[in-house]
Amino acid sequence: MEAQSLPAALPLVAGGGAGLSPERRAALGASLPLLQRDYRFERVWFWGCIQGLRGAYYIAEGLGPNRAAPRSRLYSLNCLDWSLLTPATKEVLALAEQLKGRFQGDPSFEYSLAEINAEAAARLIEGGKEPVIKEEARLIATIEQIDRAVGIVPRGAFVKTPLGSVHENRHFEGLSLLEAKKLSSYFHFTEPVNLKNKTLLEKADLDPSTDFLDSLEHDIPRGSWSIQLEKGGTVVVLRSLLWLGLTFYHVPMTKQFGYVYFGTGEKNLDLPFML
Amino acid sequence: HGPYRPHEPGYGLDQPGYSPYEDQIPDPQARMLAIKNAKAYLLKTSTRSGLNLYDHFANILTKILDEQPANTVDIIEDISKDVKWAQFQKKMDTLRDEHQTLPTFEAAEKCKALFVKESGEEHEELDEEMGQPSLPNVMETAFYFEQAGIGLDKDESYYILLSLKNLINVQPIQTCRFWGKILGLERNYIIAEVQLHEGEGGEEETGEEEETVAEEEKETDEAEEEGEEKEKEAEPPKSTYKPPPEVPKEENGTGTNKYVYFVCNEPGKPWVKLPPVTPAQIVCARKIKKFFTGRLDAPIVSFPPFPGNEANYLRAQIARISAGTHVSPTGFYQFANEDEEEEDGDAYEENPEFEPPPVADMVESLATWAHHVKGILKQGRCVWINPSQKSEENEDEDEEEEDKEEEEEEQEEERGLPLLTLISEDEGIKNIPAWIAQPSTNLIPQYSVAILQSNRWPGAYAFASGRKFDNIYFGWGHKYSPESHTPALPPPAQAEYPSGPGITETVDPTVEEEIAFKIAQEEALAGEEEEGEEEEGEDD
Repeated sequence: MEAQSLPAALPLVAGGGAGLSPERRAALGASLPLLQRDYRFERVWFWGCIQGLRGAYYIAEGLGPNRAAPRSRLYSLNCLDWSLLTPATKEVLALAEQLKGRFQGDPSFEYSLAEINAEAAARLIEGGKEPVIKEEARLIATIEQIDRAVGIVPRGAFVKTPLGSVHENRHFEGLSLLEAKKLSSYFHFTEPVNLKNKTLLEKADLDPSTDFLDSLEHDIPRGSWSIQLEKGGTVVVLRSLLWLGLTFYHVPMTKQFGYVYFGTGEKNLDLPFML
Repeated sequence: HGPYRPHEPGYGLDQPGYSPYEDQIPDPQARMLAIKNAKAYLLKTSTRSGLNLYDHFANILTKILDEQPANTVDIIEDISKDVKWAQFQKKMDTLRDEHQTLPTFEAAEKCKALFVKESGEEHEELDEEMGQPSLPNVMETAFYFEQAGIGLDKDESYYILLSLKNLINVQPIQTCRFWGKILGLERNYIIAEVQLHEGEGGEEETGEEEETVAEEEKETDEAEEEGEEKEKEAEPPKSTYKPPPEVPKEENGTGTNKYVYFVCNEPGKPWVKLPPVTPAQIVCARKIKKFFTGRLDAPIVSFPPFPGNEANYLRAQIARISAGTHVSPTGFYQFANEDEEEEDGDAYEENPEFEPPPVADMVESLATWAHHVKGILKQGRCVWINPSQKSEENEDEDEEEEDKEEEEEEQEEERGLPLLTLISEDEGIKNIPAWIAQPSTNLIPQYSVAILQSNRWPGAYAFASGRKFDNIYFGWGHKYSPESHTPALPPPAQAEYPSGPGITETVDPTVEEEIAFKIAQEEALAGEEEEGEEEEGEDD
């Protein structure tokens, strides 16, 4: 969620019981604007918090002029001192998917690869490095996976210019109540995968400036999103069941929306059994 | 200014194709297309009124040319409105559009109803008789949990407080507590843990039992009649399978059914009482993992099949969570009878001499916290019972003998941890400890609160600050397991009867074979009896 709308948005996602303590909130209010100044970000998003066993990671993302460009991610253990994370590479993503269990809370903690993936360990040893993977790398990979899988925005909130860059739509007035209850009104905010597979008939109805992302309708497995109207029907809250802890909120007919993750950073692989 | 010379700016711009506005005037083909597009745009119908601009302009111009009013340009807007009004005049009938009642307005009405202060003499009388039930201070608890970043929005907490007040006014409640919130797919559950006045909860139960007993008697009568009719026909042999005796559920007020739980979907909606939990439900709930939908009557489709619907599953999960995660500072509660420190000791009371340890100690060592709810045994109860003993009351003599034969498979008595065990005894899962203790803030230790998070049931929290403490649950209602959930496999196919000559089918002999066999047999007989009469052989 936008750093500036933190005070108003945190109560809207508090339906799941997770939130920030007053101390953290105050710290974020002070440190996020400084982050924007230091790194020259155009927008700063508070991504959320991954709870480890001995500590928690607070994550922020910074966006440049093209909102769809790869975002810079930063983490902090106390909401005050932020460290930049390197972008995720494919190898790191593949390795981190095999790591199971909770995060430890210590960024320099090392997971021994030998137990998990002998080949990768062997490759690393040949390369002269230790067969370990650090928790920081796992953190990078997890954030990237969550953003790719369940980072969502409402339809029409972002427009794509003919030059390819993506901006916020200044004429976005919010989804109507009827639209807000449908899964097709929300898009994954990453590179689209299914868009080219649509039939020609469907493509003819699309507006290329706003419909350039995948919608949630065809997510597998079906039913992996829970849509609810909370607070007496004034807020639409979507909760992901694949990554438990990701909450998206939108107040219909207003410009307020955002998503935040409060959880343990583990994928819910039991989802098909639980539906 | 005459024709431009090559060295002057503006040379050649008057030639067709080179004027500076060339890019704005499209070539004729494109111009026709632009005109068509413009006309098509004008012909587009409005979604709200069904009119389109083209027809509307045509009507206005027609009207103007017909009537030729003076100073048309000054009143053109009114003419446009008149044309629109004239369009609709004939179609207007007495029906009008209903104001849309959005669900938001209904919900707001319900929330507003919560704020109405109930005044009535009846309530005051009831209160005097039964003693004032204590409304839990939900806002205070919410404040302490907020220091750790846990908890609902303040508005929602206040609505919950008001709903609990309504619940207390309606039901005969002794103590009440906000247990927590369980999220569901379509709706969430807000759960209140309640102790009813003695004797109040039990009436409903006995009523139901009597009804079911009467029904069973009716069924057995009908079965006997049918049996008499059927005696003439050959019946297949009755199966000798007796299902294993059911483990009886615990009495209301003890063990897993110590508290009664009320749930509602949202504050403002009526509270629904959850049925007491049976051990079979707990045992099954341990094997399945399902999301709650938010409707209490939703069926649970699972394997092994869950004996009940979502209300029962919810109650079973609540029982498991309470048993696993409800803790208090050590020493806050003590046993009522000092002799009763065995496993059966269920009664505890507050210790008036409790000295709360400082927050730093509570965070450092887990031995400063203790469970105050009994753990659930494998059987599904808090107190072990031998199920075959109970069943003797209801059966005939014949069946008693069969039971005694089955007693060889007696279950081992299970022993659980006694009440008030320290949570440092809780086992972790792999290398993850069962609990994480943290202070709410490191910067201001004087006012920090000790917070416990459970790792076995993610979403269960406890706080302690001085003499105050509480437990709460916010989550989806499932236990944490580092491995993926593997559903129970169906039981293996039952072994068939071993095949042997006694039951293998063989082809029936044909008539000729039978005759030939008979002849051969008799020849053998005749051969054996040297003095056998040949007349018999010839007759056959």
